[in-house]
Amino acid sequence: MIVAGIDVGGKNVHVVITKNSTILAKVGGPTGINKAKAAEQLYEEALKQAGLKRGDVTRVVATGSSGSRVTFADGVIPDAAADARGVIQLIPSARTVIDVGAEEGRAIKISPEGKVLDFAINEKCAAGTGTFVDTMARALEVSVEEMAKLSLQSTRSIPMNAQCAVFGESEVVSLIHQKTPRPDIARAVHDAIAGRIGSVARIVGLEKDVVMIGGVANNAGFVESLKRDIGMEVKVPSDPDFAGALGAAVAAAAGVLAEKVEAKVVEKEKIEEGKA
Amino acid sequence: MAKYKTKGLDCWGRAKELRMKYYQDYMEAHKRGALRWEGGAWTFDAVPQALEGEVHGLTEEPYGASVGANPQLQVKYQEAAEGKWGCARDLCAYMRNYWGSIILNEFAFGGEWPKADFIFQNHICCSHAKWLQVADELEGGDIPFFCFDVGAGAFDKIGERQINYVVEQLYDGIEFLERVTGRKVSDEKLIQNVYNTYDSACYWAKTCELNQAIPAPLDEKTMFSLYVLGTLEKSHKDIAHFYKNELYPEVKDRVANKIAAVGGEQCRMLGDTQPPWGFLSIFRYLEKYGVVSIASLYTFSLIGWWKIDKTGKLVPYPTLEEQGVTIKDRDHALRLLAEGELKGKLMWAPFYGAKYKNDLVTQIAKQWKCDAAIIHLNRGCEGTAQHQMEMKIALQKMKLPVMTFEGNMADEREFDEARTKRLMALFLTETLGLKKVAD
Repeated sequence: MIVAGIDVGGKNVHVVITKNSTILAKVGGPTGINKAKAAEQLYEEALKQAGLKRGDVTRVVATGSSGSRVTFADGVIPDAAADARGVIQLIPSARTVIDVGAEEGRAIKISPEGKVLDFAINEKCAAGTGTFVDTMARALEVSVEEMAKLSLQSTRSIPMNAQCAVFGESEVVSLIHQKTPRPDIARAVHDAIAGRIGSVARIVGLEKDVVMIGGVANNAGFVESLKRDIGMEVKVPSDPDFAGALGAAVAAAAGVLAEKVEAKVVEKEKIEEGKA
Repeated sequence: MAKYKTKGLDCWGRAKELRMKYYQDYMEAHKRGALRWEGGAWTFDAVPQALEGEVHGLTEEPYGASVGANPQLQVKYQEAAEGKWGCARDLCAYMRNYWGSIILNEFAFGGEWPKADFIFQNHICCSHAKWLQVADELEGGDIPFFCFDVGAGAFDKIGERQINYVVEQLYDGIEFLERVTGRKVSDEKLIQNVYNTYDSACYWAKTCELNQAIPAPLDEKTMFSLYVLGTLEKSHKDIAHFYKNELYPEVKDRVANKIAAVGGEQCRMLGDTQPPWGFLSIFRYLEKYGVVSIASLYTFSLIGWWKIDKTGKLVPYPTLEEQGVTIKDRDHALRLLAEGELKGKLMWAPFYGAKYKNDLVTQIAKQWKCDAAIIHLNRGCEGTAQHQMEMKIALQKMKLPVMTFEGNMADEREFDEARTKRLMALFLTETLGLKKVAD
């Protein structure tokens, strides 16, 4: 059976198409302002990559904070549900999932079957998210990739506030003016976010194996900081930012649809497109 | 087809009518030569309402909640409070609604802000200690003000000394009332008000106790609109009559006839604290999955009086009739009033430590046969939100699945409805394994 999973996050859209659990295509790109349009374009791209037409796909399941904007999907599942399914397929020994994306950081305790047992979310705060890393990289005038490398060069820890992205940024600026070496500032930023995410993870209880996914999992500097904070090994699958989309595809294959895309969402899209 | 038969409450209209009459009476009081007073919902309203002649009160929290039920209005009032005072957003959301309403000289139920003739307040939390002092300043700083302390200890620490502490202050309060109004406090009215208070508080608890039945006869969303009468004026004869002679018998009848609040009941949910009032639709969302929120320490004991029996179970506090007590005089009335409020209102106990909340809430979960819990991490009320994460751990230790969501009871800027529903969908479908029973 050919199915697709589409994860529409705050910053990026990820699409995975599978056939009997084998990945046929993986495509990612920025969400932009029109999320529905971005999802549609990237889905078309994924179909092209797999050499398929829309009619070849039996079921499409969307997820992510804007999953309900995917009007052509057959259903929508919550992001943590997609994370759990994706991770258990990638790393079956996973029991704790830490997902840090652009707009949210969350920890999920899962069963051996990939069932969500408990979850905690870093709500309403930019300080525990990928957006915080982006902001701090801008303050340091480096790319996120460079910041990751820089932090791995650091050998000392500088305590930094991560209770608020605004205060965090001004603290980075202060450290720059104090001529603190950039690697140490980069590590301080990662340590601060890791401290916050570690606290969220402790709410659900840390159990081996701890697996990290989401866009921030590509940042090796952050992963090191997280390991130090929780005092445990952290496994990162390849393409960790595609785990949610893969989980949605797993749900599609299993016929798990959770919610149907509501008519009012379709209407909203039309309004945004200037069609209504 | 629904699992159980269901129907709305016959007395629903009466509850709505009583609530609106309360606010209407307050607005029109001066036209009729009646007095107006402001105070807290936990204030001993039986005392100021015992003044001779016609008297009407306005309790702060239900007013703040009423504003909170209207997202546009709450933002307008809160921004007024913040603009005028630079008041912090982490202060009590009800209090900010209340202050904003005064600043804009706008009463949420219509017309200009109806200034009170006196304030009769009690200190139940740090906000209440200053709430009406600031309100008075906003209203011109000339409203006679009386405030008393009820921080005497948790329900299991109440003895003669603690009751005396409150009763002595109530005597001071009576002296204040008579001095500033030029009216006498009627012992006859006071005694009747105390009988009424007992009936309201004890019969609400008895009604909540009936929700142990499967299917539950009441859902929490409905209960919110019912307990509110007790927060307005539980000493009023019509309100006491409503609880004793209208609501309780009807709910008893629903239990006998297995009439459910939610026809598709398949999961009994435990709640905590005030909900985000502008978004009660989240409870209807739960019902789509056959989930009915049936119990919480807050809903049960904000006005309900309870006691812990020898086996550790929560049981309704006995009415004066059940105790075989006839009130003899003013002193007896004040002592019984203080005793009921201090010993029976379990809601006060968590102010004295997390263990109280954990013990009470886990006991409720057991007795009311709850399958899971959803905790609103309420940024709008520090008092009721304290110990919530400790409580989560305590509930999880008894193997109850628990979900939390952040929000605010009366500041919609701190509540994300779409995200909350996403979390609920996750919890219901994945953690609890429920399927939708209705669209």
